[in-house]
Amino acid sequence: MSDLEQFRQETRAWLEDNCPASMRKPAQGEADICWGGRRFEFQSEDQKLWLERMASRGWTVPTWPKEYGGGGLSKDENKILGEEMRRIKARSPLTSFGIWMLGPALLKFGTHEQKLEHLPKIARGEIRWCQGYSEPNAGSDLASLMTKAEDKGDYYLINGQKIWTSYADKADWIFCLVRTDFSATKHTGISFILFDMESEGVSTKPIKLISGYSPFCETFFDDVKADKKNLVGEVNKGWTIAKYLLTHERTGIGDMGLPTPLSAIARDKLGLEDGELADTMLRHQIAEHEIDAASFMFTIERAKDQAKAGGDMGAFSSMLKYYGTELNKDRHELILKVNGSEALEWEGQFSNNGEIARSWLRTKANSIEGGTTEVQLNIIAKRILELPA
Amino acid sequence: MALILNEEQQLLKETADGFFADKAPVSQLRKLRDDKDETGYSKDLWQEMAEMGFAGLLVDEDNGGTGFGYVGAGVVAEAMGRTLAASPYLASAIVGASVVEAAGSDAQKAELLPAIASGETVVTLAIDETAHHGPEKTALKAEKAGGGYKLSGLKTFVPEGHVADKVIVLARTSGKAGERDGLSLFLVDRKASGLIVDRTVMTDSRNWAKMTFEGVAVGADALMGTEGKGMDALEGALDRARIVVAAELLGISQQCLDMTVQYLQERKQFGVLIGSFQGLQHRAAELFSEIEVSRSAVLKALQVADAGGNVGWFASLAKAKASKTAELATNEAIQMHGGIGMTDEFDIGFYIKRARVLQNLYGGFNYHADRFAALSGY
Ligand SMILES: Cc1cc2nc3c(=O)[nH]c(=O)nc-3n(C[C@H](O)[C@H](O)[C@H](O)COP(=O)(O)OP(=O)(O)OC[C@H]3O[C@@H](n4cnc5c(N)ncnc54)[C@H](O)[C@@H]3O)c2cc1C
Repeated sequence: MSDLEQFRQETRAWLEDNCPASMRKPAQGEADICWGGRRFEFQSEDQKLWLERMASRGWTVPTWPKEYGGGGLSKDENKILGEEMRRIKARSPLTSFGIWMLGPALLKFGTHEQKLEHLPKIARGEIRWCQGYSEPNAGSDLASLMTKAEDKGDYYLINGQKIWTSYADKADWIFCLVRTDFSATKHTGISFILFDMESEGVSTKPIKLISGYSPFCETFFDDVKADKKNLVGEVNKGWTIAKYLLTHERTGIGDMGLPTPLSAIARDKLGLEDGELADTMLRHQIAEHEIDAASFMFTIERAKDQAKAGGDMGAFSSMLKYYGTELNKDRHELILKVNGSEALEWEGQFSNNGEIARSWLRTKANSIEGGTTEVQLNIIAKRILELPA
Repeated sequence: MALILNEEQQLLKETADGFFADKAPVSQLRKLRDDKDETGYSKDLWQEMAEMGFAGLLVDEDNGGTGFGYVGAGVVAEAMGRTLAASPYLASAIVGASVVEAAGSDAQKAELLPAIASGETVVTLAIDETAHHGPEKTALKAEKAGGGYKLSGLKTFVPEGHVADKVIVLARTSGKAGERDGLSLFLVDRKASGLIVDRTVMTDSRNWAKMTFEGVAVGADALMGTEGKGMDALEGALDRARIVVAAELLGISQQCLDMTVQYLQERKQFGVLIGSFQGLQHRAAELFSEIEVSRSAVLKALQVADAGGNVGWFASLAKAKASKTAELATNEAIQMHGGIGMTDEFDIGFYIKRARVLQNLYGGFNYHADRFAALSGY
């Protein structure tokens, strides 16, 4: 038996023994997702147990080095772990901005001390992070951000405002872009710094979305002191880190995983006649969507295999972000059509308080957050197709 | 298996790209058209392709091929799509070889496969009888007569049918049009008596044929596979051919994007390069994305084709997606070139013409979207 085959056998056996039954079905919406953090309230004992067991093997972050709380798996082993988890429909034990965005950036740009300090806490789900990038006047044009950080010897003094900070009111720490040089050109005066959201001078104010939820905030910094050892990379060189992190964010937003196929939902709701969906117009629309969705799923697979073979993702992540988010918006429009007027109930037991409608509305942000569709298309045009400015 | 080309396949791709750019640029197709060439392709090119091993990619080594498989076949088809190289590759090396491989007896394989691989014999497949693809719709009759069969009926749009040496014919031995059962495959000589072949010049300057069978008599040994079960053997081979057609469409789309991007980098209006207009940048970026997504579907399907077994779902996925993308790519390419895109002197016209023919071949977007849905259980 090859080493990989043996790894598969062992992984399969371990998952069988350790994944609680209630964790073997896809998360049904936001409430089922384990975000971790100081103040996280577990939905169930199983959710807690599943996190602890996976974290003990480093499998919340399978490819990170063991010394930083990871599983030390090769990309091939990681692929197998993913396959084996999907096989039993095991849900992800932990989801977080730390895993998805900050971790990769710290692994690449952080010092050994910074990695030792922050990565294991991400891996174990102890600290929940939020992203302090956007400001009221720095959205798509992120590099024009103005939050100020003054060098005060052993700390930076931070003043300014962020906006659209997802889960700022629930997060423990923030990774934040600040301006450390106001005389430099806009890309060269930015630094990347980490600090505790419980620091004096940090305050948040939730913003309500069209979905009725308030997952993000305005975030204010009023004379906040950030320890110098938490500045990542070199001072004034934060833009490189910011961009690197964005490629991870974009790939993550584009890759929606494997949601329940639209056709399965439609079969359920509309029924079949002679083996075909009873509504022929919708059947056509769904087939068209699923052809794109399946092709896109293989594109994610191809991109991962390319990266594994040493290829550079770079601007390709913009393509994945653009295509995946537009596809997801289309998917939810179709879910709405499949469910008819039932999808439009907003309150009540029957609809789980408008779950379908609220999820549909939430997807409208997919092509805005992490850089808009238009910005991704600009990046593809300039960086991949090399079209003139 | 990783969803990327391995080293060998990458090498084949580079070889094929170089070969067709050098030996069969679009100007060759243009000349064939202008000369009203009756063969419709250069026999010298086809011979050289055979020497390169391109005619035997799907034929195993014992029969004189390279046994490179479908990923390789797709890579070469994509390269041909980029320059619109005209040859019986698709008809013979792909469709012909895969049907013989799937349905042929040992004797038929021994006779045909080496001849296909060497380029000596051109084999084609005759399925459709109307303007819309659908093997099950076959009505052409094969009746038992003497020790063999007698074929009567009509076939249309048979690729390279005007020059093929052998024609594999899907015929009805029982049942009625629309039924899957009762169809059988026969190997017929193009010069057989009672077979009337009319060359049809298509929009893409390539040649297909209308074939009228007026009681064509064939021996019992002309039957390929089991009588009445022709579809079982044909389907897998046809699906594989559809994937290779999708690969050629991908080459067309990619070439249209590349030509368009180059034009956007050169052409000036309002004192600036038109590629600086965001309206055009976004259209080009969207097209790029569609092509990359199609590429994944095609490569996945080619890999599954090599792995063996049922590839219907993947074939319909790849053919549907590549067809839709090629339609977008060729339309956008003309639009972004402005007036010059409409001129015969410029090459884009050749691409849009070839694309529509290939989109239609063996089922277009709607045919395959419908089949994709059916195979997905809805
Ligand atoms: C649900 C959600 C969660 C978010 N979470 C976070 C978070 O956690 N942390 C964080 O820092 N930010 C977060 N954001 C902010 C997000 O990154 C910004 O909203 C986004 O970058 C766009 O900026 P903006 O809202 O200022 O829009 P604008 O930049 O003002 O854009 C308005 C419109 O103009 C278009 N546009 C702008 N520039 C160009 C151009 N050059 N070419 C063509 N079109 C252009 C845009 O595409 C858009 O259509 C979140 C946003 C949402 C919706």
